[in-house]
Amino acid sequence: MKWAVNASGENNAGAETPAGANRRFSFARGGVLQQLLAFASLILLVIVFSFSSDNFFVFDNIMGILLSTAVIGVLALGSTFVIVTGGIDLAVGTVMTFSSVMTGVIITFWGAPIPLGIIGGIATGAFCGFLSGVAVAKMKIPPFIVTLAMMMITKGLSLIISGTKPIYFTDGRASGFKDISMASVTHSLFGIEIPNAVLIFFGLAIVAGLLLTKTIVGRYTFALGSNEEATRLSGVKVDFWKIVVYTITGVFSGIAGILMASRLNTAHPALGAGYELEAIAAVVIGGTSLSGGQGTILGTVIGALITSVLTNGLRILSVPQEWQTVIIGLVLVGAVYADILRRRKA
Amino acid sequence: MNAIPLVAMEGIEKRFPGVHALKQCRFELRAGEVHALVGENGAGKSTLMKVLTGVYRKDAGRIVYKGTEVDIPDTIKAQQLGIGIIHQELNLMPHLTVAQNIYIGREPRKKIPLFLDEKALHEQVRHLFGRMNLAVDPRAKVSELTVAKQQMVEIAKALSYRSEVLIMDEPTAALTDSEIAELFRIIARLRAEGVGIVYISHRMDELRRITDRITVMRDGSYIDTVRTADVDMDRIIAMMVGREVYHEPKTGGAAKLGEPVLEVTGLSRGKAIRNVSFALHKGEILGFAGLMGAGRTEVARAVFGADPIDGGTIRVHGREVRIKQPSDAVRHGIGYLSEDRKRFGLLVDMDVQTNVAISSYARFRHPTGWMKRDKIAQTAEEVVRSLKVKTPNVRQKVKFLSGGNQQKVVIGKWLTRNSDILIFDEPTRGIDVGAKNEIYKLLEQLAAQGKSILMISSELPEILRMSDRVIVMCEGRITGELSREEATQEAIMKLATLHSDKSAGHESVTSGGNPK
Ligand SMILES: Nc1ncnc2c1ncn2[C@@H]1O[C@H](COP(=O)(O)OP(=O)(O)OP(=O)(O)O)[C@@H](O)[C@H]1O
Ligand SMILES: [Mg+2]
Repeated sequence: MKWAVNASGENNAGAETPAGANRRFSFARGGVLQQLLAFASLILLVIVFSFSSDNFFVFDNIMGILLSTAVIGVLALGSTFVIVTGGIDLAVGTVMTFSSVMTGVIITFWGAPIPLGIIGGIATGAFCGFLSGVAVAKMKIPPFIVTLAMMMITKGLSLIISGTKPIYFTDGRASGFKDISMASVTHSLFGIEIPNAVLIFFGLAIVAGLLLTKTIVGRYTFALGSNEEATRLSGVKVDFWKIVVYTITGVFSGIAGILMASRLNTAHPALGAGYELEAIAAVVIGGTSLSGGQGTILGTVIGALITSVLTNGLRILSVPQEWQTVIIGLVLVGAVYADILRRRKA
Repeated sequence: MNAIPLVAMEGIEKRFPGVHALKQCRFELRAGEVHALVGENGAGKSTLMKVLTGVYRKDAGRIVYKGTEVDIPDTIKAQQLGIGIIHQELNLMPHLTVAQNIYIGREPRKKIPLFLDEKALHEQVRHLFGRMNLAVDPRAKVSELTVAKQQMVEIAKALSYRSEVLIMDEPTAALTDSEIAELFRIIARLRAEGVGIVYISHRMDELRRITDRITVMRDGSYIDTVRTADVDMDRIIAMMVGREVYHEPKTGGAAKLGEPVLEVTGLSRGKAIRNVSFALHKGEILGFAGLMGAGRTEVARAVFGADPIDGGTIRVHGREVRIKQPSDAVRHGIGYLSEDRKRFGLLVDMDVQTNVAISSYARFRHPTGWMKRDKIAQTAEEVVRSLKVKTPNVRQKVKFLSGGNQQKVVIGKWLTRNSDILIFDEPTRGIDVGAKNEIYKLLEQLAAQGKSILMISSELPEILRMSDRVIVMCEGRITGELSREEATQEAIMKLATLHSDKSAGHESVTSGGNPK
């Protein structure tokens, strides 16, 4: 009968070219194309700014851009995980600050050695993330609310603990703290002056990338964002993995806090609000969908670079600060719209 | 056959808020049998099987598995016991690949267990697909597959657990005939291997083909279990509905075509719709037949303004209209009943009355801007009564209704809107025989009242029974139009497989090769 032949004919054709034969298609599909687009925009921006100003494409300026990307970039790396699950973390900025204040307290108030301060800062971030995760997964409160509350709580706690004053890492014992971000391992090794913060950012990006694509954590991160109910019915402990994801985001916020404090050599308790939105913007420009299920670390890195290249380039061209934010806002909308257009065509 | 049954459920009770879904229900499954579970929409079939697979907890009752009483608090426990289920609703993660979906929750790991072993994963999938004789690219994203292929992935997933009990909740609702044949081959092989299979379906013809025994449920209660060979299907249907159902043939003589109310000319959209023209007349039921993916739904969506079109004109009552979005279509009196009601037809988180009224709010608005709540409730109650929607009250959330009853709510919505052009896309998918007949009668009444109906259906008997005229599509084109008298199964099938150019990469018909 003809219609039986129709479908199985298709099947047979497929059977002769088993797994992987279609890979060249899957290469062109999905995130790769979008990343190429984002990457192309980044290159284009760099070229445009290089031609517009002699001060742009010089080593020191490029390092400045990378350095200013590092903190937001690390926050964005962490945010990517939550966003891929279809959630959101509005607290990454203030958790970052809270972590840096805790590090300051441990090192300068308590006089503990620097490594202990670092561990304490990261643990603080992780704990905040863990709490958010528990509230989202177990108490079933929407992520937006949970992390909004966490944002307020950590903002307040930072001010309380620090006595609303900045904590300076200038005492004898804390003197090496600045080096975490600002010294350069590569300088002593190869003579190229790349600040540690930048190296740490790229190192963390690789870790995050591996985590998201090669590990069980990453697999469930995507599964949760794609269809939580189906994931649950498949026997995956959905609550547990959600908590893991929020904790990971917290760890990244903690690390960002230390980078930030070290770079300024100060833990500023009032800093950090608003960073979460810049981080989310970077993630979204990088092609991660706020509705969950898709996203890449490479995209986030590119997204973070695009925002800081733009800011830097516009500043060099003496575009006023106010206009810089307007332009970045437009870029954000443009990036997402380009993605929607591309998807509609496919 | 005296061996202990594989599964025995006794005295199962389950209550949802306002619904007594299972009342002292029982069920027995033996190894190596295909056991049909049938009943009207809302009878409790899915609920009973969800109790068995740990999706819901039973309120009371016993489950005995291979001779020992078991407690199945969650889906993980069911999987460990070897009880697999393919749910009525697709349960896949669209952004993940086929392979990732199948082994979700049991991914093979590297030596450091944090890391995934993709190679081993694909090895396992290849094995599994080889066993199933299934040709799907394991690396394809599930969102890129057709619904039928997605269904096959679900089946593969359930099989991959090496389940000893396999439950299929309406697996064929979205499959084509050849895919159904393939599924039946798989079922036969599993049965031979001693797997106990529960098969839920509203398609009576399938029961005869593959099942050994049939258990009938009605209103949450167990009615009877019979051997398929011993009964005729009318008896089963009578047990299901508690009365005899008559299959009345379509009444009324040859179609007296009224004036055209909807004229579509040269409609096209990419490869999906190629130069489609047709006219729908007043008081007519126009059937759209074709294979899955022939482009019928695409045409319906385009006419309704749900998708942008590349070209073509649409006339309603002789006047050319521009339909750019669904609200335009609704304003011109067109109603669309989507084939995927969950995604496009219903607000599942809202109650029945809201869903019934949502397209007609203008009618329920007081001049002051307030909603006439009484009138909404009253209208909704009328719809519930006339369509026999099984719901405790009109304030029940639609997501708690059974599949068939959800469908009735969508129909009620457009009836309330008083649309005079109604596009029904697979109106009886997942609807039981009793309700099917009601819906058929309803469509005929509507046509008799002068409404015009465009009905897309993949079930040929339905097309033949209902249509005044039949339009057949294939690969986005209209391949023929048949009058009532010309329309036969053979004629329709021939047109439905009338593929155009073999050169364009669609070598399916002639060089497709032998299925075996
Ligand atoms: N989660 C739930 N909450 C409340 N009521 C529910 C829920 N699930 C099912 N019900 C109700 O329980 C009854 C049985 O539903 P069930 O889905 O088991 O029917 P079914 O026999 O599978 O019907 P169909 O053939 O339409 O799929 C229905 O009245 C339904 O509305
Ligand atoms: Mg059901």
